[in-house]
Amino acid sequence: MLISNIELIPGRKILRHLGMVQGNTVRAKHVGRDILAGFKNIFGGELTAYTELLTEAREEAVERMVAQAEHLGANAVVNVRFSTSSVTAGAAELFAYGTAVVLEDG
Amino acid sequence: MVELIIIATLTALGYVFGRAAERKHFASILRREEQLKEILVFNERQLPPGDWQQGPLVNGNVVISLDYFKRLVSTLKSLVGGRLTAYESLLERARREALLRMKEQAQAQGAQMVINVRLETASISKGKGDQVGSVEVYAYGTALIS
Repeated sequence: MLISNIELIPGRKILRHLGMVQGNTVRAKHVGRDILAGFKNIFGGELTAYTELLTEAREEAVERMVAQAEHLGANAVVNVRFSTSSVTAGAAELFAYGTAVVLEDG
Repeated sequence: MVELIIIATLTALGYVFGRAAERKHFASILRREEQLKEILVFNERQLPPGDWQQGPLVNGNVVISLDYFKRLVSTLKSLVGGRLTAYESLLERARREALLRMKEQAQAQGAQMVINVRLETASISKGKGDQVGSVEVYAYGTALIS
């Protein structure tokens, strides 16, 4: 499954568009991580635990989007966009969406 | 009295460690930007002329927090309004760091440039009194490999 955030996949030809696909995940912060982050709020600097948490969450959102695209019979997703929103205190929603397409065999 | 001592200690700790951390971070950003300057970054979506074989999605993110001292200063500053330099430098560090991580990923895959770069900012954790203490910056784009 090829993914890009422009309208095409470089070096390949798009045969058919199958419509929009999306994937999302809502993640809450871990208590232990929260305590560590509290210390970091005193000293400043990167909150590595949160960076990892959000990376994992985005990967999962992309996986769900890809699963939906596979279900439609696509072999690539183009024009992918990411979006983040905080639904409640302490939780974030990560959302990925794009257009599922069928590519010519290359 | 005890509370005052705690606040004073936290402020002093934040001042000392926060400043050191920020200086170290900026030094590291400048060094890595110099190393990665061959990878060009564009925010336009057109493919530049050339024969591009692959275009994987590359991304980078970072969550970064203010120290206690800067947060206190910002709280006081926001009473009178004006520039909050503490937050300006926080966001600058976060954006440059996220872009660098994206470029590192592009370089690892043998790309020459990254096009259609998008930057997204989110505040994920809130400090005391609903004050934003840390921000996340996420950068993503399409890496071009010839």
